[in-house]
Amino acid sequence: MSLTSAFLAIVRRDLLLAFRRRAEMANPLFFFVLVVTLFPLAVGAQPNLLQTMAPGVIWVSALLAALLSLDGMFRSDFEDGSLEQMLLSRHSLSILVLGKIFAHWLVTGVPLMLIAPLLALFLGLQDTAMSTLWLTLLLGTPMLSLIGAIGVALTVGLRRGGMILSLLVLPLYIPLLIFASNAVERAASGLPVTAQLNILLAMLSLAVVLTPWPTAAALKMSVN
Amino acid sequence: MDLSRPALTAKNLSCSRDERLLFSGLNFELLPGQLLLLEGSNGSGKTSLLRILCGFRDADEGELLWRGEAIGDSDYFSEMAYVGHADGSKRELSVAENLRFALAINSPGHYSIDQALQKVRLSGFDDNPVQTLSAGQKRRLSLARLLITHNHLWILDEPFTSLDKGGVELIENLMIDHTKQGGMVILTSHQDLSLQHLDLQRIHLDTCH
Repeated sequence: MSLTSAFLAIVRRDLLLAFRRRAEMANPLFFFVLVVTLFPLAVGAQPNLLQTMAPGVIWVSALLAALLSLDGMFRSDFEDGSLEQMLLSRHSLSILVLGKIFAHWLVTGVPLMLIAPLLALFLGLQDTAMSTLWLTLLLGTPMLSLIGAIGVALTVGLRRGGMILSLLVLPLYIPLLIFASNAVERAASGLPVTAQLNILLAMLSLAVVLTPWPTAAALKMSVN
Repeated sequence: MDLSRPALTAKNLSCSRDERLLFSGLNFELLPGQLLLLEGSNGSGKTSLLRILCGFRDADEGELLWRGEAIGDSDYFSEMAYVGHADGSKRELSVAENLRFALAINSPGHYSIDQALQKVRLSGFDDNPVQTLSAGQKRRLSLARLLITHNHLWILDEPFTSLDKGGVELIENLMIDHTKQGGMVILTSHQDLSLQHLDLQRIHLDTCH
């Protein structure tokens, strides 16, 4: 299966690159931890308030951390000509793009997912909501990379695309933010969350299928 | 492969950039074993023409045919390879890692990675990160990519930049070998080439209006 091997080759390459640039890659995670730990300091000793705010704080911080990591997704490939070589590959660019998004999620989304329960504990989130928080992050963080990829692909050709990127991508993140933090809040008050999780799952499936194609098209436009 | 039929045909190509006409009415035919040298002053549209040939941008007018079919409908893109201004190699990865990735997303060609590195005189550099190579060595690495992947047509944008005399000779020999096997080369260059024994076509883009 050469298509699978091309997909795996690009995932491997991007993971290797992330490992060699690990200082740069740790930035979003560091940002995430920093923002969440600053909240109790600013809000003061109000455990109940922090507990109520925990789902929102964690999700907003995760979203901003992901946004911070997005710009690098295609930047270096665009600058060093690797993107041109990928366009000329015998495989469809969408598959290679999906591989790059997957690698981006492994490098940025998964660490967020792993550290989030610790931070939730720190904010005093109820034990009952812990598994839901983890599930929403499992379903949500890949979506941050997938949706973000379209925005990055559109702005990679611009010299200062950072501001436009946030303006493009943030509105598309809002539904995710609403459903995900709502699910965690409901779980914290002992209410069922199946509906929210199903909607997140549906959004994720849709994003996996639909985003690689416009991302590839936008990259072709940016290379032009 | 029929050696007498043109493999690549350009009909009436024109291209403009920012309202400025770069070239128009450009026609050429490239036969297997031929080399096409694009000449012209800076800004005459050499790189734009190469990018049209790579499918990165569309020509404003005209069409490109590969063995008689429009390039989008043919197997053109699996038979061509491009080396542009940017190397297309990752600085943090080693020479061998870069080539292995190129091989994974393309079909394998005549040479193995070791053979190709030997040909471009980079053997022994397999494990060196690309960022430790000199500019000329990076250039030779990107040309090694042409050897390990399957292709008939090479599209080279200024392949001789930052190469020393030995390097220039090396690339010329690679092009001679490639065309002897029925391959084709399209390149831009400011340097005078010493390619007497080649079937060489020249197009001067400043005159194509």
